[in-house]
Parts: sequence; structure tokens; C-alpha cells
Amino acid sequence: MYTFSNKLKTFSIILVILGALGVGYGFMTSHKSFEEVEHLLAEEAHHGGGHGEEVHAAAGHDAHANNSHAADTHDDNSHGEEAHAGVDEHTKHIEHVQHQIANRPWAALYVAAFFFMMIALGCLAFYAIQIASQAGWSPVLFRVMEGITAYLLPGAVIVLLIAIASGTIGHYNIFIWMDPDVVAHDKLIQGKSGWLNLPGFAIRGAIFIAGWSFYRYISRKYSRKLEDGEDKGTFKKLFKWSAGFLVFFIYTESMMSWDWIMSVDPHWFSTLFGWYVFASMFVSGITVIALISIYLKSRGHLEFVNENHLHDVAKFMFAFSIFWTYLWFSQFMLIWYSNIPEEVTYFVTRFQDYKLPFLGMVVLNFVFPILMLMNADYKRIPWFVVMTGLVILFGHYIDVFNMIMPATVGDRWFIGIPEIGSILLFAGLFIFIVFTALAKAPLLVKGYPFRKESEEFHY
Amino acid sequence: MEASKVIHAIYTDDDVLMSAVKKVKAEKHHIEEIYTPFPVHGLDKAMGLAPTRIAITAFMYGLVGLTVAIVMMNFIMIKDWPQNIGGKPSFSYLENMPAFVPIMFELTVFFAAHLMVITFYLRSRMWPFKKAENPDPRTTDDHFLMEVAVHGNESELQNLLAETGAVEINLVDKEAH
Repeated sequence: MYTFSNKLKTFSIILVILGALGVGYGFMTSHKSFEEVEHLLAEEAHHGGGHGEEVHAAAGHDAHANNSHAADTHDDNSHGEEAHAGVDEHTKHIEHVQHQIANRPWAALYVAAFFFMMIALGCLAFYAIQIASQAGWSPVLFRVMEGITAYLLPGAVIVLLIAIASGTIGHYNIFIWMDPDVVAHDKLIQGKSGWLNLPGFAIRGAIFIAGWSFYRYISRKYSRKLEDGEDKGTFKKLFKWSAGFLVFFIYTESMMSWDWIMSVDPHWFSTLFGWYVFASMFVSGITVIALISIYLKSRGHLEFVNENHLHDVAKFMFAFSIFWTYLWFSQFMLIWYSNIPEEVTYFVTRFQDYKLPFLGMVVLNFVFPILMLMNADYKRIPWFVVMTGLVILFGHYIDVFNMIMPATVGDRWFIGIPEIGSILLFAGLFIFIVFTALAKAPLLVKGYPFRKESEEFHY
Repeated sequence: MEASKVIHAIYTDDDVLMSAVKKVKAEKHHIEEIYTPFPVHGLDKAMGLAPTRIAITAFMYGLVGLTVAIVMMNFIMIKDWPQNIGGKPSFSYLENMPAFVPIMFELTVFFAAHLMVITFYLRSRMWPFKKAENPDPRTTDDHFLMEVAVHGNESELQNLLAETGAVEINLVDKEAH
């Protein structure tokens, strides 16, 4: 049995407290009055002196407001078909920026919450695949996976609550389609309101979470039951539930990605988006399995895990990093190539305002892992896998960041206190819940039929 | 040059062969060659063969393919005749890069795969009209053959090989090659 070390427990609690302070600070400082924003913009215009920024300040408000309309950010006022003749463009611009600034702590919180939730969900899918495919190498890692998936229920509930709260207590800070005022002026969102409405969103979210958590509960139950002795019946039930879950998962994951991520840009749609989000969560989940098993092994808790298991996990990290890139590029290239205005705005905003994170994540998620993990010997060196794993995780945080931020804060993004605070908050929570779950059961699945094969696994 | 003699020890089971290899290695005899009808896991390790470097060559061939693709597309589409084709930006390679990625990818794979296979053929001396080097046709079906060099220690070697479970031990004259 593993016991949650006090050091790690304290560490996770410190992370939560620091993170909560950062998040609190983010919310405290995000409410700017109209005059403050006006002052801020005027100051920004002066800073750029000589670079044509003054032109922007003097005459560019109009152009900017139109840009952001095209870019599909939360420009409440410039949506809609009717012309707002006589409305002061300056006021509209200030209000637009004011809303973006107010969105930032919400979006930062949402990105971090989703990121840690998707690690647990990706891990659960990986776990189900390992059981359904009757893999012979991975059973020694099942308890690590079960530990990670313990975060799924609280994590997913938090994501859903933040999403709903942003449209009820918040001022429609993440999803503009929750704002009845926007919908009233927007024919496109009106056409989608059969799917995009708050009760439907909440009910679908509840169904997704209930289904995932039910599988996690039942698989954990049978996995614990196997400890009493190798029982074919229990294994068969576990197998059937896993296969069934995978069917349920691929539908709900796809719909979840439309609801929780794609609908931040309600004017935009992409067909392979669900797969793309899946690839991101899958590779993050596998990476966290590698990191936690390396940590536990270094503490002497997983003597039955050897470098061959590490090699296999690292191969999955490598392969799914490439798979992610394949989907990322397929989505990007198809839209870039055909250049249809209603689709391409999604990437135009990202290219204009998010160049570094947008292109940087391809380096982090593709170039780095492909070079680091190609060599078979490197995949067997723990510190090497840890280093690459941390880069991959950071890259996939940026991936989620790139999916949410352009639609909520637009060009007002920065990775500062609200973002880092949110990461720390959920990282602390994640560590706390995962390691508490790890301490609840022996780290080896005793009665699992493939346990022996897995213990002797050798590549 | 003395006419070199070798002993051919024949086995009928890969597990027996593996333990025989370990025993012969332990006695510090040099194993010239082993003929098997199928890959025997761990045989290369037991014989102490150096690991293959063919993956490294494949990686380098892949880089060559990538370079070929980039240079070719850059010359044709950007430098030589930068036409406006359907509004695609042909001002610089980078601006039109997404359209070239499928070619870059395929040529990388093409070069890596084909040149690696050719390297394999060259290194293992395989070609269509090559004379088969097979000391005993049964080794392609269900027998395993170990070839050990003899340096005036015939009887000692023969005893050792008989102990390891060889079903047949033949002393063969081998013309130097």
C-alpha cells in the first residue's frame, strides 16, 4: 500500500492556496470602469509612439471594432445585421475591451480546469482501451491510471459549473450564446439555439459526467473485486463495461468538445474538432501516467514496473504527439487552403493575436517530442521521459489556451497571475485527489488475468 | 593458406540452440554463423552481435528526403515561376508552406523507407541472381545449424557440441571466401 506522503500533501495544499489567491486577484482586478479602460487604451496608444499606433488611437477605433467583429470575439454591439448608425464607435470599442478584460479570469480558470479534467478523461479512455484490448504490458500501471481518473468526477463537475456560472452569475464571460441579448441580434446563433441553450448544455454535461463517472466507478469496483482472487466472471464484466464505455465515450467526448470548447466560437464549426480535442486529452493523459509512475517508482512503490513499461508508455506519448499534430494540421490546412471566410476567421484571429502560442505549441507538441522520443534508448531513461513529458503537458495547456482565449479575451491575452494562479489551483487539487486515491488501494492489480504477463513484460 | 575446416552442428529446437550458443560462447569458441528457418528471439544477444544501426540511417535518409522536398518545391513554386494559382501566396516558401507539407511528409517517408531497404540489401548482400549460401537445405524448414571454426581442436569441439544436444555433427571443408 502506498501512503500519501505528508510532504506532497502539504505541497498540494500550498499550490491550492497560492492558486486560489492568484485566481482571487484575477477576479478582483478584472472589473474596470469605462473611464479606466478609456485611460488604459489611451496610454497604450501613447506607448507605441512612432509606430503608427497613434493613428490607431485617433482614427482606428472604427476599424478595430470591425476587425473584432470579423474575428468573432465578444463584440456584443457590433454583432447583428441592423446598422448602428449614429452609435459612437469609441464607446463601443471601450465596452468591447472592458468585456474582454472582465472575461480574462473566467477564461483562465476555465482553461486550467478543462486542462486537468481532460488529463483524467484521456487517462480513463486509455484505461478502458487497455482492458478492452486485453493488453499484456499495462496491467501493472492500472492502479496509477485508476488514481488519475479519480480526478474526473470532481474535475468535470468543476468545468461544467464554471461554464454555467459564467453565464448565470458571471456576465456571459465564456460563452456569448448564453447571453439572450446577443442571441436576439444574431441570426446565426438563433439558428443554433436548438442545441446551444443553457438547460440543454447543463443536461448534456450532466449526462456526460454521469456516464464517465459511472464507468470509472464500476471499473474500479471490479478491479478491486479481483483482489480477492482471479475470477473470470469479474474480468469478463470489466471487459464488457470497458468496451461499452468506449462506444459511449467517443460519442460523448465529441459532443463535449462541441459544447465545452467549440461553442466559445458559436459562429465557427469544424468536423474533426472532437478528434482533435481527443488527441490532446489522450496524449496528456498518457504523459501524466508516465510522470506519476516514474515518481512512484523513484519512491520505491512500483518495484514491478520496469524500464520496458516506461518504454511502452513513452512510445504512446511519441505516437499520440504525432497523431495530435496530424489532426491539428489537417484541421488547419483544410481551412487555410480553402480560405472560406466564415471558417477562416478562427485561424485569422489566432495568427494575428496569438502567433507565439499558436505556432509555439506545434514546436512543443510535435517537434520537441518527435526529436526527443524517437530514439529507443532515450525512451527508457526516466529523466528524459519526465523532461519531454513536462514539455508535452505545457504544450497541451497552450493548446487549450489557444482554443478558449481568442474567443473570450481576444488580443488582451497574457499568461500572468490569473492564468498561473488557475494552473496552480487545479494542479494542487489534481495532485491531492489523485494521490489520495492512489493511497486507497494496493498499487498492483492482484487478481487481474494479465498481471503476471505484465510483470514479466520485456521489450 | 591452410584449408579451413568448420563443424556444422545441427539442432531441431530453438530452445536447445539457444542454450547451446550460450555454452559454446562460455567455452570461448568462435561461432562463425547460425542458420535458422525463422527469427529466434534473443539469438543476436546470446551470440553477442552488435546492435543494428539501420534505424539511424533511416533517420538520415528521411532528412535527405525532407530537404529534397523543400528545395524542390521552393525552386519550382517560389523561385522559378511564382504564379498566382488560385490566390495562394507564392511570395515566400513559408507563406505557402501548408500546401507543401503533404509532399514534404511523403518524400521524407519515401526516402527513409526505400533507402533503408536498399541499405539493408547492400549490407546483407542480397540481390535477385545471388547464389544462395545455404550449407544445408533443411535449415530453411525445421533445422537449426551452428557453424563453428576448427583450429586443430576437432574432438574437443565435437564432444562439446554433442553435449549441447546437437542431433548431427559434421566436419566440413570450407573453401575460404
